Amino acid sequence: MATQAFQKIYTKLNQITKATCSVKATDVGAEELATVGGRLAQVVKIVEDDVTLQVFAGTEGIGTDAEVIFFGKAPTLKVGTELAGRFFNAYGDPIDGGPEIDGIEVEIGGPSVNPVRREQPSELIATGIAGIDLNNTLVTGQKIPFFADPDQPYNEVMAMVALRAQSDKIILGGMGLSNDDYLFYKHAFENAGVIDRIISFMNTTEDPTVERLLVPNMALSAAEYFAAEHNEKVLVLLTDMTLYCDALSIVSNRMDQIPSKDSMPGSLYSDLAKLYEKAVQFPEGGSITIIAVTTLSGGDITHAIPDNTGYITEGQLFLKRDTDISKTVVDPFRSLSRLKQLVIGSKTRADHPQVMNTAVRLYADAANAKTKLENGFDLSDYDERVLEFAKEYSNDILAIDVNVDTDTMLDIAWELFQKYMKKEEIGIRDDLMNIYWKKA
Amino acid sequence: MTKGVVKAIIENLVQVEVSGPVSQNEICYIELGSVRLMAEVIKVLGNIAYTQVFESTRGLKPGAKVEFTEHMLEVKLGPGMLSKSYDGLQNDLNKMDGVFLKRGDYTDPLDEDSVWDFTPLLKAGDKVSGGDWLGSVPESWISHKIMVPFALTGEYTIKSIAESGNYKLTDTIAVLTDEDGNDIDVNMIQRWPVKIPIKCYEEKPRPFKLLETGVRTLDTLNPMVEGGTGFIPGPFGAGKTVLQHSISKNAEADLIIFAACGERANEVVEIFVEFPQLDDPRTGRKLMERTIIICNTSNMPVAAREASVYTAMTIAEYYRNMGLRVLLLADSTSRWAQALREMSNRMEELPGPDAFPMDLTAIVSNFYARAGFVYLKNGETGSITFIGTVSPAGGNLKEPVTESTKKAARCFYALSQSRADSKRYPAVDPIDSYSKYLEYAEVIENLNNNINPNWVESVLHTKDLLLRGREAQEQINILGDDGVPLSYHDRYWKSELVDRTILQQDAFDDIDSSTPMKRQEYMLKLVLDLCEKDFVFESFEEVMPYYMKIVNVLKQINYVKFQSAEFNSYMDDLHKIVEERSAN
Ligand SMILES: Nc1ncnc2c1ncn2[C@@H]1O[C@H](COP(=O)(O)OP(=O)(O)OP(=O)(O)O)[C@@H](O)[C@H]1O
Ligand SMILES: [Mg+2]
Repeated sequence: MATQAFQKIYTKLNQITKATCSVKATDVGAEELATVGGRLAQVVKIVEDDVTLQVFAGTEGIGTDAEVIFFGKAPTLKVGTELAGRFFNAYGDPIDGGPEIDGIEVEIGGPSVNPVRREQPSELIATGIAGIDLNNTLVTGQKIPFFADPDQPYNEVMAMVALRAQSDKIILGGMGLSNDDYLFYKHAFENAGVIDRIISFMNTTEDPTVERLLVPNMALSAAEYFAAEHNEKVLVLLTDMTLYCDALSIVSNRMDQIPSKDSMPGSLYSDLAKLYEKAVQFPEGGSITIIAVTTLSGGDITHAIPDNTGYITEGQLFLKRDTDISKTVVDPFRSLSRLKQLVIGSKTRADHPQVMNTAVRLYADAANAKTKLENGFDLSDYDERVLEFAKEYSNDILAIDVNVDTDTMLDIAWELFQKYMKKEEIGIRDDLMNIYWKKA
Repeated sequence: MTKGVVKAIIENLVQVEVSGPVSQNEICYIELGSVRLMAEVIKVLGNIAYTQVFESTRGLKPGAKVEFTEHMLEVKLGPGMLSKSYDGLQNDLNKMDGVFLKRGDYTDPLDEDSVWDFTPLLKAGDKVSGGDWLGSVPESWISHKIMVPFALTGEYTIKSIAESGNYKLTDTIAVLTDEDGNDIDVNMIQRWPVKIPIKCYEEKPRPFKLLETGVRTLDTLNPMVEGGTGFIPGPFGAGKTVLQHSISKNAEADLIIFAACGERANEVVEIFVEFPQLDDPRTGRKLMERTIIICNTSNMPVAAREASVYTAMTIAEYYRNMGLRVLLLADSTSRWAQALREMSNRMEELPGPDAFPMDLTAIVSNFYARAGFVYLKNGETGSITFIGTVSPAGGNLKEPVTESTKKAARCFYALSQSRADSKRYPAVDPIDSYSKYLEYAEVIENLNNNINPNWVESVLHTKDLLLRGREAQEQINILGDDGVPLSYHDRYWKSELVDRTILQQDAFDDIDSSTPMKRQEYMLKLVLDLCEKDFVFESFEEVMPYYMKIVNVLKQINYVKFQSAEFNSYMDDLHKIVEERSAN
């Protein structure tokens, strides 16, 4: 960003910490953007003429005589249809060698939607993955994270979901993404020939940590532009939100704030909610759907980051390795989409809710049978049959490499019911049994 | 009026240098270009007022002008609040332009041009004081009382009062004369500071009357009372919001006030969409017509979130003083406590446990104390029943908000993760939860008189059954199915019978979602009679299938209309099943 004539320049820092510095300055506004020694920074505290800035790239090597230049505005993004197909860094500057965006400048992290102007989400998002479409149906305007262990293939699953979902734009916000994973996404989008629908804001592990605080708001401001101005269906992918929270805690610790649980700032809930609540269904048809990744440490979902996330999002998805079929599945037990009620059985076939519940119940019975087996007990005939059922259910429907539409998933489920189960073991309403139970 | 200048800005905490007197909790407006940001004084040190701004402070600079208003955060009270959706500061959300909220967009909570059909209840010459009913106007199906402003302390004489007819909100409907002979014009609007309880009632006895909610695990096992307090703690996804929504749909209240405090916007949208469609079982009107929503969702400003619960409570007190039964629901009070924590941290106050303010317990207690059952000065009664949810960090109930609330609220409806995981909805843990009201002599008397003379005894007996069932289950788990006497299995399955047919209830089924007290009485008696029976079993393997058969029929019964033909035919099925193994 070029220096402009009216900008004020200061050259005497009176305090420097790892992520922040202070300078004596006047006529500076809250949350104003600045550069310190050429690095982008943002005002976080003003006490009379003592201004504290958070330096996104860190303060290593910053001298007390570094130049501080204030921009007179909060962080902004230039939005326009030219954003489509472009790759940016956390500041919204192109990193793909293409031209600067010549659009309308909007402040990021802007106001929220008036709750009475929201529409109830009601449009189903089909992904072809049964663990989602059948058991945890997603809806436009929803916000939902994958709670994943670091060794699980969450980036692959996310890319798959993004590519299959019928959206007008896919906006990728990468925070602390390894360069390899960044390239994985880039190639996945290129190979699928959808680059013109992708917009990416990227902070990789090679970039400074604090920079990533800008990424979600950059991605969401771009999303708001396409969803509100152009009535488009926008899917926002945020990965990894745990690394975003780590950056939040670094800044708040430097600001001497009293940490609450797990060294996270006391405002973590509000900070995350401000991002996730940008998911919205607009009355004019545009929508913002957020799918995020929150990596867990040792599967602990009581840690402050997944815990606060769970209190904000509309459900969560867990991945699981099914060792019987050596494939990854979306865990039917712990995953939940809270908005599925709005579409299943109404936007999908009427037997959907009951088939879903029955299959999951049989899958649970199979898990119990397996425990029995492991403990050296004999299996009943029923146990044997549910085990067989579960294996095929997992392989033919749940496995994430299966890609079929919801009607087909339901049809396969009925086939498996009839192959392994007796009529009275199904427990589905008679009017549906009459239609779908073909066996004599 | 006092003026000031901004000195320091730390997120939404703004320090203002003042040139005159200011008071604690006084409202001021900070100029930011063409908009004015509302803020509240939360601390004064010398000539510096610490204010919390109810909006984003982005772009605010030291030197900005500030104007103090000489009043605290107030609500504007009058006819026309029913069915409205307000933000935490009582701005009418429907009056705002555009899809996005704008800073400094403050809208009128009432419709000042609206016309109301006024009927006087008193006449010239009558002596009155604050809270007395001057007249009434029909607001939806409620007889909305126009009251002597609560702020008028002392005695007044009515000099004149309007005749029956249509008046605007701002028209004078009465002139009162104080003891010194000064005249005061009264219209249909009054204002009241939210942090101060509205009193103007005669006395506040212990609550004694059951408040039916239609939710069996509450009404039967741990009843709520008119004017009572309770809270629902539970980990995320356990069903707090769904339970509050079910309570709001069926509770025997005249008015529901919903404070969506720091939770999801889509959940409020659900109310906007559903409530105008659903019928109120008592009045036949739409549920929305008895509902007021205070909506400060998680992405709206934090300080306004803190205010929102007070705004809701004050509106509740206003309607209570009209002799109405108000049910106030807040989801979630933890978000309110977190708002307090954020502010306290910014003020660099000495933190208490988990960085919450030291006085959290006192703040929570004072708030819950505003609920209650009252006798008004004219002998009528009114009540505010308050039920809040608590979202404990990590689902662990040993945290400051849960612990503070436990000291203040009399009913504890603990949602358990394991019940939610196994889809035993509502996930209220029957053993950990309690209603202190079951110990009140006046509540026991009321329940026994209105339901049946042995009601409380059978409720306590049911609790014992559940406890014994859990003990039996633990023994079975430790010693194995065949390591315990057959009677343990029988005991465990009797408790399951209670759990699955009385406690578990389908919130999304038209009939099962709400059970009137008559039906609850019938079902409890039916199930307890079954539990008295000595069924004959040869081996433990027979126990579960047999009880499952009973459970299935009872569940079908729950899904059909009370005492309908279908209902009776299921009852016949039940009798046949019971015959199969009856020893007595
Ligand atoms: N009584 C019930 N009957 C059927 N399903 C229920 C019931 N209660 C909860 N659920 C299921 O659990 C989900 C979560 O419930 P709810 O939103 O009430 O949780 P919560 O405790 O309010 O969570 P949070 O703290 O995250 O707001 C619902 O979307 C629904 O699928
Ligand atoms: Mg909730």
